[in-house]
Parts: sequence; structure tokens; C-alpha cells
Amino acid sequence: MSKRFLMGNEAIALGAVHAGVNVVSGYPGTPSTEILETIAKNNKDGSVYVEWSVNEKAALEVGAGAAYSGARSLVTMKQVGLNVASDPLMSLAYVGVKGGMVIVSADDPGPISSQTEQDTRHFGQFSKLPVFDPSSPEEAYEMIQDAFECSEKYGTPVLFRPTTRVCHGCASVEVKDSFEPHKPEGFVKDTMRWVIFPRTSYLNHCKIEKRNPQLGEEFSSYRFNKLTGSGRKGIATHGISYAYTCEALQGVDKEHKLLKIATPNPFPEKLALEFLEGLDEVVCIEELDPVIERELTYIVGKHHLNVTVRGKLDGTVQPAGENTVESVKEILSGFLDIKYDAPKLPPVPDLPVRPPVLCAGCPHRASFYAVKQATKGKKAVYSGDIGCYTLGNAKPLDMVDTCLCMGADVTIAQGIHRVEPDTVNFSFIGDSTFFASGITGVVNAVYNQTDIILIVLDNSTTAMTGHQPHPGTGVTMMGDVCAKVSIPKILEAVGCTYVKTVDPLDLTAAETAVKEALELKGVRAIIMKSPCIAVTKPQTLYKVDGDKCIGCKRCIRELGCPAIVLTDGRPFIEPSLCYGCGVCSHVCPVNAIGR
Amino acid sequence: MNNILLCGVGGQGTVLASKLLAFAAMERGEQVRTSETIGMSQRGGCVVSHVRSGESIDSPMLPKGSADIIIGFEPAEAVRNISYLKKGGTVIVNKKAVKPVTASLTGSGYDGSEAIEYLRQNVESLVVIDGDAICEKCGSSKVLNIALLAAAAKSGALGMTVEELKSAIVKRIPEKFHALNIKAVELA
Ligand SMILES: Cc1ncc(C[n+]2csc(CCOP(=O)(O)OP(=O)(O)O)c2C)c(N)n1
Ligand code: SF4
Ligand code: SF4
Repeated sequence: MSKRFLMGNEAIALGAVHAGVNVVSGYPGTPSTEILETIAKNNKDGSVYVEWSVNEKAALEVGAGAAYSGARSLVTMKQVGLNVASDPLMSLAYVGVKGGMVIVSADDPGPISSQTEQDTRHFGQFSKLPVFDPSSPEEAYEMIQDAFECSEKYGTPVLFRPTTRVCHGCASVEVKDSFEPHKPEGFVKDTMRWVIFPRTSYLNHCKIEKRNPQLGEEFSSYRFNKLTGSGRKGIATHGISYAYTCEALQGVDKEHKLLKIATPNPFPEKLALEFLEGLDEVVCIEELDPVIERELTYIVGKHHLNVTVRGKLDGTVQPAGENTVESVKEILSGFLDIKYDAPKLPPVPDLPVRPPVLCAGCPHRASFYAVKQATKGKKAVYSGDIGCYTLGNAKPLDMVDTCLCMGADVTIAQGIHRVEPDTVNFSFIGDSTFFASGITGVVNAVYNQTDIILIVLDNSTTAMTGHQPHPGTGVTMMGDVCAKVSIPKILEAVGCTYVKTVDPLDLTAAETAVKEALELKGVRAIIMKSPCIAVTKPQTLYKVDGDKCIGCKRCIRELGCPAIVLTDGRPFIEPSLCYGCGVCSHVCPVNAIGR
Repeated sequence: MNNILLCGVGGQGTVLASKLLAFAAMERGEQVRTSETIGMSQRGGCVVSHVRSGESIDSPMLPKGSADIIIGFEPAEAVRNISYLKKGGTVIVNKKAVKPVTASLTGSGYDGSEAIEYLRQNVESLVVIDGDAICEKCGSSKVLNIALLAAAAKSGALGMTVEELKSAIVKRIPEKFHALNIKAVELA
């Protein structure tokens, strides 16, 4: 064993490698992304197969096929990704696997960078699958190996649910120096096993209902489920909240029991009963949903115990958002009757807000601006989507009217158009999002003869999540160069009436394309193709010519490029930020901006 | 236990700084936990790194009112996180303000001076650094993080000596950048 300083996601990755994982698939999403990236980086000999799949459903199915063939497979995604993968997940829970299969779905209390505060532990209950919930990088390293063991022992996929602060926290982790590779047996044909039928599903359902209580029993003595302390008051917690609770309890001498739940499903009822015994009152400190709280309430009722269960449901714990050491201290001060003085904060002056904005030189800025200019005076609705380009909603661009979930821009636009046929309905979609879940929406529009204009923002990368390759980029996570899947060819093939590729940094050409599209009917598509600044080199920078500048501030008012700042009432281009995209030079009415 | 908070604006190099601190603490044989803001690709947002070393650390994030030292890469960010500072804690802050794009749009005159003034009023142990001047002398805007770490080490509140910082630079940063970074340490 040796000590390494690892981020939680790196610990999960190394743990999986040390469990002998053979096949890894996933789709990027904060806070899960670095797991797959770490495995790819540590895969110089190519002994593990690693891919970014086109979306989470594909990733899960690739992982399932590998596990059917006896391989150990790991599938990674963020929590909303599991919604996309839920169709195969629910069925796979019935069919089961041969090789160990672990599905990592990273939750994001806060939420810090997600659409929802959903709780993957519910997916465990819903699909009846085992769930592991680590509370630190050290634990995550060990636990992912346990998850593979559990999966193989019971022939079932297993969910592994870290949260942001575990994924992105770093700690010194004790790791193995060597490991045994896992040898897959290969796919053995067996229709009764691998082909799902109503009859087999009935039988499998019976087996699952028999297995889970046994598994709950086994989990009652699982090493990472922990019961400590004594007394009449109990604290039940999990994940990172366990760390906050331990810290909040440092130096507290009031008697209490502490229960940590690392396997929320199947719930370790026996251990919970041991915990509840002799208690008057329990407080459940959880993030996201009150899963443990409901389980304990159920157990209390089932066994006619006289224990009050507190938590989110009775308002003792905040219903949404992250916990912190302070929030836990606050709860425990009431619960255990300890003195806690919240730190007094000195009043702080007004501070500038720093919302995330499109980078200086971002091609999306040009694309939005071109469409905005071309549709001036028109009644138009701009349906947007998830990615860096969601930031097109901010002033001064103000070009994103809706954003729901990946791929929804195309289809939301269609729905709006059905109700408001006299509006022009634009839909903006990133290249990675297009491949992930946009194509079916375009087919829907063509088939149902909807008039929409699709703008594909092709920046040659999955930018938002840290610049991962995708089917249009021509590279894979195995380091291979492959054929690029062509977006315009797809759009032509499905029957768009107009398909044009333009460089948005050429604002005139981009505007002309939009105007042409506006003249036509049907599903029209414009691919705005220009790379994200993270995957390209800066061009010659632009400067404001002080003699020519009339101080109208149009460049600032219309673009919102972070490189253009006001100094002494005049625009100034900050050379360390400018990327030389040149869009501001098009906007200046007196040509005062040049190279 | 030693609690350090680094804060600034995306792209200023806080993550590398926190890695060096963690590395130095591990070299001393201490337990270390850190927590980073990562996951946003665009630059310019607020970023915070928590670095904790020593014994009995459970949470990867500092509790409020517990930081021995706050290293502010930008004045407003130092003030934004001031509630983490413990009583009598030290603040090292870079003088130069980073204007958010919204400041230009709304025409607000944010220049960091009010934030620095606030720190002067409320923090007993404050060191204001002209990070730009050091970067200029070194000929690279990339050494801001090292300059601030060095100033923090010299203040004595960092729990890391200048020598430890130099050794961390040599061990953790590619060789071709050693001279540049050591120079920044010296100038700070
Ligand atoms: C179902 C689902 N999976 C993953 C994510 C995480 N995610 C947010 S945006 C994005 C992709 C963005 O890439 P792209 O469409 O190319 O736009 P860009 O950021 O490059 O502008 C991903 C994967 C998500 N929000 N939802
Ligand atoms: S050329 Fe103009 S718009 Fe483009 S990055 Fe530079 S300042 Fe910003
Ligand atoms: S990371 Fe790339 S796509 Fe995202 S805002 Fe910056 S330039 Fe645009």
C-alpha cells in the first residue's frame, strides 16, 4: 500500500481499476466527469476499454453488454444522466449481470452545477438495486471495490452515489500497489437469462424481493455502516454530512448515539434497530431527500417503538441545499442542548457579482449576436439548452428564453410553435448535446412538419463539462483517431429543408444564413462552426483606437465580452483576456476596433 | 489543525496553490483534506479552495470562523469569504481588482479600493500585495499564485515556511518553470 493525495473522483477511478475493471463507459457531467478521465489517463497500456458514450443510456447499455459477457464494468454519469439511462436501468435490475457492474451516479446537493437536487438513493429504491454512499475519498476508494464484489456475488448491477463534496474533495488515500486483473469469461448464450420476457420478469421480481431483505441483513454488518455511542438521543446521517457531523461533534460531551448509513438500499434494518433501541429521539441529518428519515420512521412504526424521528419532514433540517459544519452545529445545538454561538459576521460592503459569462472570444457569443441581429423586429422565441451556451441568456445577449434538459430545445420549440404559429421558433443546441439527445427531436420536427430553425453551435468539444471529445471530434478516449460523424450530413439525411454551415465569427455570413433560413418553411438548420477557445490558439488581438472611438459603448452594451472593460469612460480591450475573435470590430459603428 | 482558504477568480491559479500547500503538509506527515470549486469551464467566476491539515479533520470544507489565513487573489473575493476567518486570523490579499463583465455593463466603478479599505478596518493582521508588480518583474502573469503563497509563508501564519514552499515548487512544478517561480518567491 502507498499513500496518494487524490480527489474523490480519482479515488473512485483507482478503486475501480484496482477492482480489475475491464470496460468503462460514461457521459460527462459535473461532478462525475473526472472518474472516467482518470481511468483513461492511467491506461497507457490500453488494458481497460474506456469510452465517452454518446449519452448515458448508451453508456449503461455498453456496460451491461460487457457485464453480460463476464467483464467488470463501470458506468459513470451525473445524477440527471441516470434519468436518461433509467429505461435500461429498470430492466437490467430484473435481468441482472454476470461480471460485476457498478453504475456511478454523482449527486449534487446545492445544486452547484445541476438542474435538479434529485437523490439517486431513490433510484436505488425504485429499481430495487443496492446503493453505496461514500463519505470521503478514502472510503470511496475502498467502497467501489466492495461494490464490485457485491455486484458479482448477487449478479446484480449496483449503484454508487457520491456527492459533489466527496467527488471534488481531496485527501491522502492509502492505495494498493498492485492488483489482479479480472478475466471475463465471455458471452454465454442463454435466452432465459438475457432476453427479458414478462414471465421471466415475474420470476426475477420474486427473486429480487427475496434477495433484498438478505442483502439488508448483510449490510447491517457492512464495515462502512457504523454505529457508535450510547444514550437516549440519536443522530443518523450519511455521506459528506457524516463528516460535517463528526466535526460538529468535536469537543461535545453530551451523550448520543451516531449512526452512519453507507448502504441506504436495501436498508440495514437490523443495525437501525440496534441504533433505535433505548432512544427517545433521533435527528436525521441528510442532504437532498429524507431517505434515512423515512426508513427510520417506517422501522419505528413497524416495531411499535416509542422514538420521535426528526429531520427534514418536521422542519428540523433545511429541506433543500447543502449542509455545512455550521448548519449541523445549529441543528445539534437544539437537539443535544449544547451552546452554539453562530460566528458573528462583520457587515460586508456591496461586492460585485461574478456570474459565469461566456469567455472572451467564445464563438457562441457571435452566433447569438448574428441571430439577434437577423431577427431584429421579428416575433421570435429562442429555445435554448444545456451547455456553455445557456449563458447566452445573460444580458446583453438575452438570447435564451427556455432551458429544460439536454435535447429539449428542439422539441420545446416545436411545442411553442404549435401554440404560437406566428412566431419564429429558434432552437439552439450544442454539438455534444445534438449527438446526445438532439437528433430524435429533429426527426420529430421533420416528421410532424413543424417550422423551426435549428442553430447547432458546433464548437468541436463538450465545453461545459471540461472539453471532452464527442462523436463529431474524431478522437476517442482510447487515443484513437476516428471518422468524424458529420452533423450537416445527418441533418440533410433526416430531411431538413435548409442546411448550411457557417463560421459565426464571420458575422456577415452568419447573419445572411439566418436571413435566408427565415425566408423558408420546414425544419431549417444552420451549423455555426467555430472552435471553443480552449481547443484553439488565440488570434491576433484587437485594440481600440482611441482617436477613432466616439465613446458610444456599443461594443460593451451589445456583446458583453469580458475582455472589453470601461476605463475612464472609454472601452479598453484587456490584452490578457482578448482571444482575437474580432466580433467587437464588426459591432463598432466607426471602425475604431482593429488588430 | 491548520485551516487555509484561498479565493479568487477562475483562471488565477488557486488550484495549483492549494495543491502545493497540500503537498507540503503531506511531506510533513500531516493528514490533509482539501476541497475545490471545479466543473465550470468558463473563466471569471468566483473560486474557493479549502485546505486543511493536521489532526482530526473530518470536513473537507472549513467551518466559518476557522481560517488561520485567507489568501485573497482579488480584493472583493477576500471580502466575500471573510466570514471564514477566525478571530485574529491573517489575510493576504492581492491589490489588483478583477472587474466582472457586469461591472462594465452597469457602469459600476468597482476598483477594489473599497474592499481593501474594508479589510484594513476589520482585519488586524493584513498584508496587501502588489501581485501585478511581482508578475511584471518576473515577466509572467502566471506567478501570481506563487507570489501570494510566498507572502503568506513570510507572514508566518501559513504553517508552511519559505523553504518548504521552494521545495514544493521544485518537486511539483515542471523544471523549466522553477527559476521563474523561485524568483517570484524571492520578490514577494
Ligand atoms: C442528461 C445530462 N447529462 C449530462 C449533463 C451535463 N452536461 C451539461 S452541458 C453538457 C454538454 C455541453 O456540451 P455542448 O452541447 O457541446 O455545449 P458546449 O458546452 O460545448 O457549449 C453536459 C454533458 C446534463 N446536464 N444532463
Ligand atoms: S476581439 Fe473583441 S470580442 Fe473578441 S475577444 Fe477580443 S475584445 Fe472580445
Ligand atoms: S469554455 Fe469555450 S464554449 Fe465555454 S464559454 Fe468559454 S469559449 Fe465558450
